[in-house]
Amino acid sequence: MIKFEHVTKKYDEVGGIEDVSIDIADGDFVFLVGPSGAGKSTFIKLISKELEPDSGHIYVNGQDITHLSNRRIPVLRRQIGMVFQDFRLLPNKTVYENVAFAMEVVRCTSRTIRRTVPQVLQVMGIADKADQLPDTLSQGEQQRVAIARAIVNNPKLLIADEPTGNLDPDTAWEIMKLLAQINRRGTTIVMVTHAKEIVDRMGRRVVAIDSGHIVRDNKEGEYGYDV
Amino acid sequence: MMFRGLLHSLKEAFIQIFRNRVMSFVSILSISAMLIILGVFFFITVNVNSLTEAIKSEFENIEIYLEDYTTEKDAEAIAISLSSLEEVSQIQYISKETAMEEFKERWGENAYLLDTLSENPLPNSLRVTLSDISGGSLVAEVAGTMIGVEDVRYFQSEVNKVLRISEGVQKLTLIMIIFLIVVSVVVVSSTVKLTVMSREAEISIMKYVGATNWFVRGPMLVEGVLMGAISAAIALGASTYAYLKLTELFGADIQMLFSNGLVEPGFMIVNLAYIFVALGVSIGAVGSIISMRRFLKV
Ligand SMILES: Nc1ncnc2c1ncn2[C@@H]1O[C@H](COP(=O)(O)OP(=O)(O)O)[C@@H](O)[C@H]1O
Ligand SMILES: [Mg+2]
Repeated sequence: MIKFEHVTKKYDEVGGIEDVSIDIADGDFVFLVGPSGAGKSTFIKLISKELEPDSGHIYVNGQDITHLSNRRIPVLRRQIGMVFQDFRLLPNKTVYENVAFAMEVVRCTSRTIRRTVPQVLQVMGIADKADQLPDTLSQGEQQRVAIARAIVNNPKLLIADEPTGNLDPDTAWEIMKLLAQINRRGTTIVMVTHAKEIVDRMGRRVVAIDSGHIVRDNKEGEYGYDV
Repeated sequence: MMFRGLLHSLKEAFIQIFRNRVMSFVSILSISAMLIILGVFFFITVNVNSLTEAIKSEFENIEIYLEDYTTEKDAEAIAISLSSLEEVSQIQYISKETAMEEFKERWGENAYLLDTLSENPLPNSLRVTLSDISGGSLVAEVAGTMIGVEDVRYFQSEVNKVLRISEGVQKLTLIMIIFLIVVSVVVVSSTVKLTVMSREAEISIMKYVGATNWFVRGPMLVEGVLMGAISAAIALGASTYAYLKLTELFGADIQMLFSNGLVEPGFMIVNLAYIFVALGVSIGAVGSIISMRRFLKV
């Protein structure tokens, strides 16, 4: 699903990632761990084409995305669901509208939207919040809305940058159960996290980045750092 | 697909204009004002031009007024001798009756005033068309010395003055138009900039979920174009009303004064409509494109 070949991305000579090679198979669930400033978000942004690599090659879903024209980037992003620590919901739209928005952007018919959104909200366990504004929801519920939005267009890949960073452990674990469920349906997931308990408890592949390099890559690994 | 995209853009543009209603209103008013000022300049230029043309065609000829005792035969002799000058291209005999008819035609509705004259005060004349306008004063001088000629009317230097003024008016108009267009573009672009900024979060989320650039830009382009079009409509309404009133109130007087009326309202309004719509829409489009390029890294 994702393949990096000797990818380097520097910001003004420092930071970023250097000579990173990795292969992530379809249906994989990968935790990306490492200290702050290690280059995890840089890795994520290279996948979503927010950043252009300095050198190396990047493939997503069999397609070489190392260099993409501005016209092709939206096509790539429609295959990727994205979730962030700060949810990034539109405050003046209801839960329903926030999710429907992602479908409008890709020009789904309103019939499809009306049919699909309630189903996804149901799966995320927030069907009863459809008409509420994000502000009136708990943090965990807001993240569920964000995940609903990320998966509503059925992406093959979900990338999540510290999705549980703002959540208490119990809520975070609920979110993890949802992500695991999404992964079971075949969606590849790459998740950046600092949550040791979650990583250890899930027992999935762990890739550790430090100072821009991959320093460890374990199948069914553990967090491996003392927090 | 295409149609749905346009529909979406229109909907979003209306929502945005409404959300930004104060700024949108101010923009629309100022663009309308610009267009109206522009219309005034257009009006002045067109009328000055048509007046200049009329003056030119009226005075580019030399009118030779003949003495009352000069017969048509004598006139012919004068004409023949003048024809030998190479600056002269054509000479036409105008009887006093023909002259009166021309005069009446010029006065139009007010021609009845001339009916009170007991006798025709106009002289017979020769109208000399020049082949080379720069030799006009020579021809006029020669004609003045001829027997049977009462007076020679030739106004080359005056006509030149009018031509210069008219050129000046045209240049000024051009400068003003360019200035007004630039100002309008800036006004639109700052309104659309507000849209871009107020929707920054929304736009970045749109990008994350895979919106195409046109999905994001479309509504803003339509917003600019819509503001331009509304402004054009307002400006056209106001100008049409003003021009109709103007011709109604002063048209006849101007006709009598300058032997040439104001340019016909139909012509004026149709042309203003083209100009306003074309300019309004382009100003709107260019204004929003500038904002999008500057403030929307897509
Ligand atoms: N836009 C940027 N400009 C300059 N330096 C940056 C930029 N983004 C990140 N960096 C630097 O690159 C390094 C890696 O950043 P990042 O990938 O965000 O780390 P992480 O997500 O692992 O905390 C950090 O040292 C950071 O300061
Ligand atoms: Mg980060």
